[in-house]
Amino acid sequence: MTTATVSRWDRFRESFLWYSFKRDKIAIVSFVVFVAIVLAGVFAPLFAPADPYDLAQINIMNSELPPVWMAGGDAQFPLGTDAQGRDLLSTILYGTRVSLLIGFGAVLMQGALGILFGLLAGYLGGRVDAVLMRIADVQLSFSTLMVAIIVGAVFKASFGNLMFGEIAIYMLIVIIGIAEWPQIARTVRASVLAEKKKEYVDAAKVMGFGTNRIMFRHILPNTLSPIFVISTVQIANAIISEAALSFLGLGMPETQPSLGSLIKSGFDYIQSGSWWITLIPGLVLVVLVLVINLLGDWLRDMMNPRLYKG
Amino acid sequence: MLAFLVQRISQALLVMFVISLISFSIQDGLGDPLQQMVGQSVSEAEREKIREELGLNDSFVVQYLRFAGQAVQGDLGTSYFYGKPTLEVIFEHLPATLELVIGASLIIGFLSVPIGVYAAIRPRAWLSKFFMGISTVGISIPVFLTAIVLIQLFSIGVTVNWFPPETGWGSWLNGLFSTEGGMPSYGRGDGLVHLFGTWHSGFFSSDGLRHLTLPAISLASIMLPLFIRLIRAEMMEVLQSDYIRYAQAKGLAPHRIHFLHALKNTMLPVITVGGVQLGIMVAYTILTETVFQWPGVGLMFLEAITRSDIPLIVSYLMVVGLIFVVTNTVVDLVYGLVNPTVKLTGKKA
Repeated sequence: MTTATVSRWDRFRESFLWYSFKRDKIAIVSFVVFVAIVLAGVFAPLFAPADPYDLAQINIMNSELPPVWMAGGDAQFPLGTDAQGRDLLSTILYGTRVSLLIGFGAVLMQGALGILFGLLAGYLGGRVDAVLMRIADVQLSFSTLMVAIIVGAVFKASFGNLMFGEIAIYMLIVIIGIAEWPQIARTVRASVLAEKKKEYVDAAKVMGFGTNRIMFRHILPNTLSPIFVISTVQIANAIISEAALSFLGLGMPETQPSLGSLIKSGFDYIQSGSWWITLIPGLVLVVLVLVINLLGDWLRDMMNPRLYKG
Repeated sequence: MLAFLVQRISQALLVMFVISLISFSIQDGLGDPLQQMVGQSVSEAEREKIREELGLNDSFVVQYLRFAGQAVQGDLGTSYFYGKPTLEVIFEHLPATLELVIGASLIIGFLSVPIGVYAAIRPRAWLSKFFMGISTVGISIPVFLTAIVLIQLFSIGVTVNWFPPETGWGSWLNGLFSTEGGMPSYGRGDGLVHLFGTWHSGFFSSDGLRHLTLPAISLASIMLPLFIRLIRAEMMEVLQSDYIRYAQAKGLAPHRIHFLHALKNTMLPVITVGGVQLGIMVAYTILTETVFQWPGVGLMFLEAITRSDIPLIVSYLMVVGLIFVVTNTVVDLVYGLVNPTVKLTGKKA
């Protein structure tokens, strides 16, 4: 590599973001753990000792075996088995995959809704703004979890149990997307309000560009960094919402479990002493959400120029 | 002020109207009521007759107006499962939920204020850092998981034998990390005292209080970190203000400055946020009540969903919607009263 051309990688390495990342131990550890969990989830079929979706591999005689370090554990099942005799490590890997998929999918969904409504409300203002933000206010005052539970209940009742179970992943992405869009829309609206007073927007207007072009091509790129920050935390929120819905029986079916439905199915057996079925997936969920929240906190501190410490 | 009042109340009415409209369309969209009322043997002509009698052939607007008219008079239909008016069913379950919320609020109030104030006064003390760390972790733990861990620790109990039990310190350490168990984790217990109407209270017997302990702690755990952070942030801001510096310069005792002068101005935003959060707690009661089989409205709602008890689902949405709207409106009004600098036009910046 010659020194004359500055590659993207070099620019990244000299950026403030990378500089502060290298100095923040919590951020580094969180990032490593997060990447590890994501890789484990994405490549679950490669890592997992067994396929929990394959009924032929399951033996009911193996049900409720404790983890390998406890008396009665079997080396074949490192983290023990659940009530159906599935290898817990494999179900957790596959469950993490489902949870991550729904988490990212729901954030894409709410991002699409939130960016669209936020841009419209902020740029057009007036009545559009009043109506959209009032809806957002009301939805937020109900709490996103409540909205998600209600929408989930309605969807489940109108689609029927069986149908809902088959398309549960898409359902949950839509449900959580609908429940959480106000968070993103508010952020977008706030930055649009600040951006639209700037000269480049006036210039674009004078040049005769259309409203759509100004909104999406000119203003949107300048509002991306706050969207990026809030999306990180929203992934954690979406994963928690999904787990809560699944725990209430409004989410993933047991045949295709997410972390939440694993916790739910394990909870039925906690009184018989099989704590590992519910608490190990629970621990994975907490660690996943915690590292995403820590990364989000770090990112927020970095991207907020008022808090620059150097 | 009057304009503010009128505006807020009309806004609340509008929100209630939208909620009722949504609830009603749910009722309308979820299957054919005739299928649940009559069997297979009823002929199509007779079905049509019943349909006409029940007014199911009327337009959506006419049907909605009828629904709204009955709702205003307190008639939200009859539950399929309980065979009773839905409002009656809800009022039977409401006291349990309210007691859970009150219990959790007490825990939050008694813990968050001292911890938040301490973390604000001594931000660099290791204890403050410890509390802030715990609250970051606490936000990441879903309420049902806290509940399950509490059940495992204090209801089932954990026996630890990590250390060699032969030695004295080994068995002492084992005992230190083991928990007894035995706390009730199911329902409200037998010691309920009848207060009035449908209110049976668990506050007045030791059994009732024991049953309340774990659910209330679980519910409190989700809100506690939020309040600690809020109180700390507000308090730190107040401590920067001139009047506090003046009090310090005057030589007032630190505890008087912190707890008399600073805390007063800290609590104002905390109370308003708290009012809104109290409404949000209703959502978390659904999760808490499911884990502990607590016979409140949250569990009732969830059971109504599994039983497709549509009138009960709709009524729950209406009642909870009303609770939210009333809390938010009252909080807004109170805030407008105590803090006149709020723009009276009610337009948020």
